[in-house]
Amino acid sequence: MTTKTPAQSRPLSPFMLGQYYRFQWTSLLSFGHRITGIGLTFGTALVALWLIALASGVDTYGAVAPHLKAWYGQALMFAWTWALMYHLCNGIRHLFWDIGVGFELKTAQRSGTFVVLGSIVLTVAAWAVAYIA
Amino acid sequence: MAQFSLPQNSKIDKKAGKVFKAPAGARKVKTFKIYRYDPETNANPRVDTYEVDMGSCGPMVLDALIKIKNEVDATLTFRRSCREGICGSCAMNIDGTNTLACIKPCDEIKGDAKVYPLPHMPVVKDLVPDLTHFYAQLASIEPWLKTDTPAPTRERLQSEEDRAKLDGLYECILCACCSTSCPSYWWNGDRYLGPAILLQAYRWLVDSRDEATGERLDALEDPFKLYRCHTIMNCSKTCPKGLNPAKAIAETKKMLVERKL
Repeated sequence: MTTKTPAQSRPLSPFMLGQYYRFQWTSLLSFGHRITGIGLTFGTALVALWLIALASGVDTYGAVAPHLKAWYGQALMFAWTWALMYHLCNGIRHLFWDIGVGFELKTAQRSGTFVVLGSIVLTVAAWAVAYIA
Repeated sequence: MAQFSLPQNSKIDKKAGKVFKAPAGARKVKTFKIYRYDPETNANPRVDTYEVDMGSCGPMVLDALIKIKNEVDATLTFRRSCREGICGSCAMNIDGTNTLACIKPCDEIKGDAKVYPLPHMPVVKDLVPDLTHFYAQLASIEPWLKTDTPAPTRERLQSEEDRAKLDGLYECILCACCSTSCPSYWWNGDRYLGPAILLQAYRWLVDSRDEATGERLDALEDPFKLYRCHTIMNCSKTCPKGLNPAKAIAETKKMLVERKL
């Protein structure tokens, strides 16, 4: 009486992060690394645009600069700075892992906290320097 | 490819769930929302709600599941055997993380207890996932002692230090909690071996008695089998035995680098 269901027609069990599998600090930090990495790709294009404008002379730069000084330009650059700092700090965390150090859950949790706090401190510091100088 | 939603036949039919109320006079009611799928109908999976009187139930999630099966709904299907965290049969997604139902206290779950099969696996029935592919992957790493030298007349001896290298590895019960908590395994599980199998592979790599270390490393040096591990560490976070597959994988990657130096 048992009907054998072929594997293909079997349903896939729910997995989606957040909805069925809770976000863990482990996965949040990892996805943060990916997302900041993607963000940096676009952000770096913007930085390149700024450099090109700078090199192309007063007229081009004059057209671009107001956008960077506007609130949205500043917000984008602030986000880019944070993404850079997060990716940098977490990248260093990955380097430690690559030599087999820091895998104990407590250590990994602590290094993760350092990454988050460190990225915020470095971002604020970079902007403080930029505004004071 | 990364997949972010369930296929059509796997979506949970929110209207189909049945509700089983607690018996009159229940002292301490806990609500269990349990994933149900019946292969003998064409219906999509659903989530049934069971109100369990914890006043007359054991402390663990498995106790509640057994009580439901015995007293409320005999059709509820799940795997279980040892009820003390050593067989790995009752691995499932409880309250949003993978663990063993037999060692997960109901008290630790705030609000309704959501019980689902291990994530991103084909479901045979209710809480029973199809582990065929997982076991095939285990077989692929040849998890047994391999030697070229003639068998000695007595046991193959190990120093205490060499034996200690197996601590944290031999305890793995292959419950698949870690592999099915790994987003990389969800999305590349067809070719990526996943944390459980890689921990097993490492268990044989560091065994001082094994003589096939080189071949084993050759077999693992593959962009998918091993290197889909991106050190997310969901595996170590969820392991109900407190093991650290992420570390075992990192040590394997180190061995591959070190042998080139």
